[in-house]
Amino acid sequence: MSDTRLAVAKTYKLYIGGKFPRSESGRSYPVNDTRGRFLANVAHASRKDVRDAVVAARKAFPGWSGATAYNRGQVLFRVAEVMEGRREQFVADVRAAEGVQQRRAETLVDAAIDRWVYYAGWTDKLSAVLGAANPVAGPYFSFTVPEPTGVVGVFAPQKSSLLGLVSVLAPVLATGCTAVVVTSADRPLPAVTLAEVLATSDVPGGVVNLLTGRAEELAPWLASHADVNALDLTGVEPSARGELARTAADTVKRLVRVPDQEPDWIATPGLERLRPYLEDKTVWHPMGV
Amino acid sequence: MPQAALSGLDEARRDESSLRRFLNGLPGVDQVGVEQRAAGLATRSIKKASKLWALDTAISMVDLTTLEGADTVGTVRSLCAKARRPDPERPETPQVAAVCVYPDLVATAVEALAGTGIGVASVATAFPSGRSNLDVKLADTKLAVESGATEVDMVIDRGAFLSGRYGAVFDEITAVKQACGDAHLKVILETGELVTYDNVRKASWLALLAGADFIKTSTGKVQPAATLPVTHVMLQAVRDWYTATGELRGVKPAGGIRSAKDAIRYLVAVNEVAGEEWLTPKLFRFGASSLLNDLLLQRRTQLDGHYSGPDYVTVN
Repeated sequence: MSDTRLAVAKTYKLYIGGKFPRSESGRSYPVNDTRGRFLANVAHASRKDVRDAVVAARKAFPGWSGATAYNRGQVLFRVAEVMEGRREQFVADVRAAEGVQQRRAETLVDAAIDRWVYYAGWTDKLSAVLGAANPVAGPYFSFTVPEPTGVVGVFAPQKSSLLGLVSVLAPVLATGCTAVVVTSADRPLPAVTLAEVLATSDVPGGVVNLLTGRAEELAPWLASHADVNALDLTGVEPSARGELARTAADTVKRLVRVPDQEPDWIATPGLERLRPYLEDKTVWHPMGV
Repeated sequence: MPQAALSGLDEARRDESSLRRFLNGLPGVDQVGVEQRAAGLATRSIKKASKLWALDTAISMVDLTTLEGADTVGTVRSLCAKARRPDPERPETPQVAAVCVYPDLVATAVEALAGTGIGVASVATAFPSGRSNLDVKLADTKLAVESGATEVDMVIDRGAFLSGRYGAVFDEITAVKQACGDAHLKVILETGELVTYDNVRKASWLALLAGADFIKTSTGKVQPAATLPVTHVMLQAVRDWYTATGELRGVKPAGGIRSAKDAIRYLVAVNEVAGEEWLTPKLFRFGASSLLNDLLLQRRTQLDGHYSGPDYVTVN
C-alpha cells in the first residue's frame, strides 16, 4: 500500500435557502490562487439560481425581520463565535485567495470576526439612533421607527474575499433584511467557508443566500428583479453601475452609494451601510386629555 | 385496454355483481412504469411562446377555489373579482374557468359572476368526508343546484369503495347525477385515501360508468392530494372511455398544485396521455387557489423580460 494519500478534489456548491444545491445550470468553474495554482471547483451560478435565491430570501424575510432586534444580535454574535472556531481554516482560505502573508491574513480574519460582533451590537440600537419621537404642532404623539426594506441584492467586493464580504453582508442582516449575495468571482472560497459557518450557526435558512459566479452575468437579473428591494453594487465594475442603477430604478430599489475603488475594509464602519436598508415608518397617534 | 373489457360497459351497469366483475377485470396499473413515465414527461422543457401559451391555457383552466371554514360573503366576492380579471394591469389575461365554493355561498358567487361566462362550481355531498346518508347528500346537491351552481363537485363514499361495496358508490353517483340536472358533475375520488393505483383506476371507471362528466383527484383536504402519476392513470381512463364510447369526459387534478411549473407538467401529461383535444377548460381543470398567482407572476416574467414578485399580484 502506498504512503501517498490521494487528496479529496472539491467542487463546492451554492448556498440557497439553507441548503447547498448545485447550480441549476450544472456549470462550475475552477478557482486558482494568486499564483495560478488550482484550489477547487465552485458552482457557476446562473440567472435561475438568482431567481431561486430571491424566492428563498423573500420566504425568510417575515421570520427574520419579525425576530426581535435582541435575538438578531444574538444570532449575529453566534456567527462570530462559529467563525472563531474555524479561524485557522479562514486564515488559510484568505492566504490562498488573496496571496497575503500569514500575519496579514490573520489580521483580516480577526477583523472579519470582529465586524460580526460590531454589527451584532447595532441591531437593538438602530431604532434608538435612527428613530425619533417627532416634535409636532398638534395634539399628536408622532414617532418614527426604522424598518427593514426587504430582500437585498449584494455584489460582494471582488478583491477583499472575506473581510469585504462580511462588511457588506453583516449590515444587511443587522437591519433585519435578507440577502442574496454574489461573491467575488475569482476569490470565492472564503465565502464558501462562510456559507458553511452560516449553515451551522443560528441564521435561519434563506436569510443569507450565497452565489458563486460572475457579477456581470448576474447583475442585470438581480437589478431588474421586481421582488428585490435594495441593491449594493460594490462588486460590479464602476462602468456598469450606471446602467444597473437605471434598471433598478424601474422598481424603485434602494441603492447603496459605493466608491469606485474598493475601500480599505479594516477601518471601523459607521452607519452608512445600515441606513440604505431601512425605511422610516412614522406613526401619528392622537393624544387624549 | 382490451376490447373485451370495453364491450361489456352496458353489462357492467346491470347489477352489482357484474359491476364488480367488470372493475376487478380491469388490468392492474404498472406502478413503476406509470411513475417513471410521469417523471420522464415532467422533464420536458417548455419555453418562450409555448410557455406563454401554456400559462394562458392553464389560467383558463383554473377552478379558483376557496373551501375554508372561515369563508365569508366578502371573501367569495373578492375571489370572484379576481376570477373575472386575474391581472387588472393586463386586461388581456384570460379569465379562469370557474369559481369553486361551498353550497351556501353559491348564490353569492352566481351574483358576482353574472354575465361573465365563468362557471360556479360547488362542492356537495357532505364534502370533504362524504360521511352522511344519501338524503343529506342529495339535499346538499339540491341546495347547490337551486342556488345556481353550474358544476357540482361530489365526493364518493371512500369507506364503501374500500370495503368493496361498489354498487353503493355507483348508486350514489347516479342519484347525485340525477339531482344535478343540467349542472356538470365532477366526482372526487380522493385518491390520497384510495392507497393504490389499481384502486384509482377502478374508481375512475366506476365514476365514468355512473355518469360523471369529470373525475377529480382530491378534495384538497387530504395528503397526498393530486400527483402526476395518479393524474396519468385517470387520464388513461378518460381516453379509454372515449375509445370505447366516443364520449369525452374530463379530468381535474386538485390540491397541491402551486407553481406554474407544476401546472405545465400536467398540461404535458394531458397532451401525451389523453390527447390534444383534452387541452381545453371543457375537459381539463386545475382545482387551485394559490396556483393562479404563480401563473400570473410567470406570465408577467415572460412578457416583461424580468422577474416579477408577489407584491405585483392581488392577494387571495
